[in-house]
Amino acid sequence: MSNVQLKLRGISQKLEGNVLNDETIEIDQIDYQIDTLPLDVPIQGTVYGALLNFKGAYDQLAPKMNEAPYQNPPKAPVLYIKPKNTYISAQQLIPLPVSEESVEVGAALAIVIGKVATKVKEEEALDYVLGYTIANDVSIPHESVHRPAVKYKARDGFLPVGPWIVQKESVENPNDLQIKVSINGEVKQENTTKNLLRSVEKLLADVTDYMTLNEGDVLLVGVPENAPLAKEDDLVTIEIDQIGKLENRVVSEKHVVGGEIV
Amino acid sequence: MKRARVSYGGLIQDATEVEGKVQLHDGRLVEETDVVWLPPVEPETVFTLGLNYADHAAELSFKAPEEPLVFLKGPNTFIGHLGHTVRPSDVTFMHYECELAVVIGKRGKNIKKEDAYDYVKGYTVANDYAIRDYLENYYRPNLRVKNRDTCTPIGPWFVDKEDIEDPMNLKLTTYINGKVEQQGTTADMVFSIPDLIEYLSSFMTLNENDIILTGTPKGSVDTKIGDEVVTEVEGVGRLVNTIVGEDYK
Repeated sequence: MSNVQLKLRGISQKLEGNVLNDETIEIDQIDYQIDTLPLDVPIQGTVYGALLNFKGAYDQLAPKMNEAPYQNPPKAPVLYIKPKNTYISAQQLIPLPVSEESVEVGAALAIVIGKVATKVKEEEALDYVLGYTIANDVSIPHESVHRPAVKYKARDGFLPVGPWIVQKESVENPNDLQIKVSINGEVKQENTTKNLLRSVEKLLADVTDYMTLNEGDVLLVGVPENAPLAKEDDLVTIEIDQIGKLENRVVSEKHVVGGEIV
Repeated sequence: MKRARVSYGGLIQDATEVEGKVQLHDGRLVEETDVVWLPPVEPETVFTLGLNYADHAAELSFKAPEEPLVFLKGPNTFIGHLGHTVRPSDVTFMHYECELAVVIGKRGKNIKKEDAYDYVKGYTVANDYAIRDYLENYYRPNLRVKNRDTCTPIGPWFVDKEDIEDPMNLKLTTYINGKVEQQGTTADMVFSIPDLIEYLSSFMTLNENDIILTGTPKGSVDTKIGDEVVTEVEGVGRLVNTIVGEDYK
């Protein structure tokens, strides 16, 4: 059982619930079928992502890190921003740009900040965490990470997030969670947050050293190597242990307005 | 009209410029130094241009890009007029960047160049500080250089679009302790305001209060603790900022 905060479409306040099993959630002493709830985006703040924070992803680029244009391995966390136009909820549609055959699925554990965090110490970092959710950091595949990837990562609908925020106390150890990505029910990627280069705590300390994270802001811990590709009509499912399941279908952008099919 | 968001007498309020003074929403006129200045617009998504002036690109040994070099900023980095920006103790090169900031007025996608100004509601001034010691070649310019707390002063005024005859022909000037250190004109942008609006909206929706910081011309020099840095855009405003150390109280 885990305690969650969730947002439903049409209701302005956040709700709290207990997830009883894969199908059922209890809200205000009543049990509901999860797949009947109109889940909304559970976050509101700014979303920052960390690149190259999975050991495997780092190792793949490592042979090029001493060559142009990179010259040296990265010292600080490599960060990017997913702006508000990218957020969509569980079950909403991911718009596939007309110019693309497929998009990359970036399965990420998302840390939700609980109180203003500036220059936090690693050993106190979890005090600043409200909880965790799942994000799909969708990208148009791009090889070079030399220049900011706004055109590849900041498109409308490119950050499915949810289904809810699991409160910190319900997660045993954020640095030991299994991640699984399936496309149309077939498992395409498996990894674990044990493979993070910077742990959740270390990442929070290094990021807030120069950048304040406010209540409600979100930090994606990183995307594992060999991100699967999803094409038109594919159903993408990201599961993270103790957090839940985030499911979205890819649809041509011609058929999507504001996340809903026309 | 020139508008600002200020804190005065325990209230955050809108203000306007009258005879060089600050007029509060109830009509009282107060001095510039009597109020606390907030960013004049609460920023939503903020785009920033790198290397958008050919002379600045050459100064940094780059050729001007063929496609806009865009990065994003978070809300943590913005501070208002007369604010303090922190210079970390271990750095050797921290420079200002005087920029015209374009404020989007309404939602739009796939906007054509010729319609671009329909989506602009006005302008302000930004100073997009960079700390070159922290530059790394991953998603460069990286957030540690460009998204630090206090490192993007913005303001003082939001100026209505109608009050600026030609935003592509405005003088940019930066003064350190009263001495001119940077001069340029928005006429020298590589990608103009309509180019940028067309480019960005071709792949993502622009929304009201999104802001585009349009880049800076040549003339970046190091700033030290105690320096008063004034970035000025002709007709838009004169943004004053002071560099402080990490132990500033």
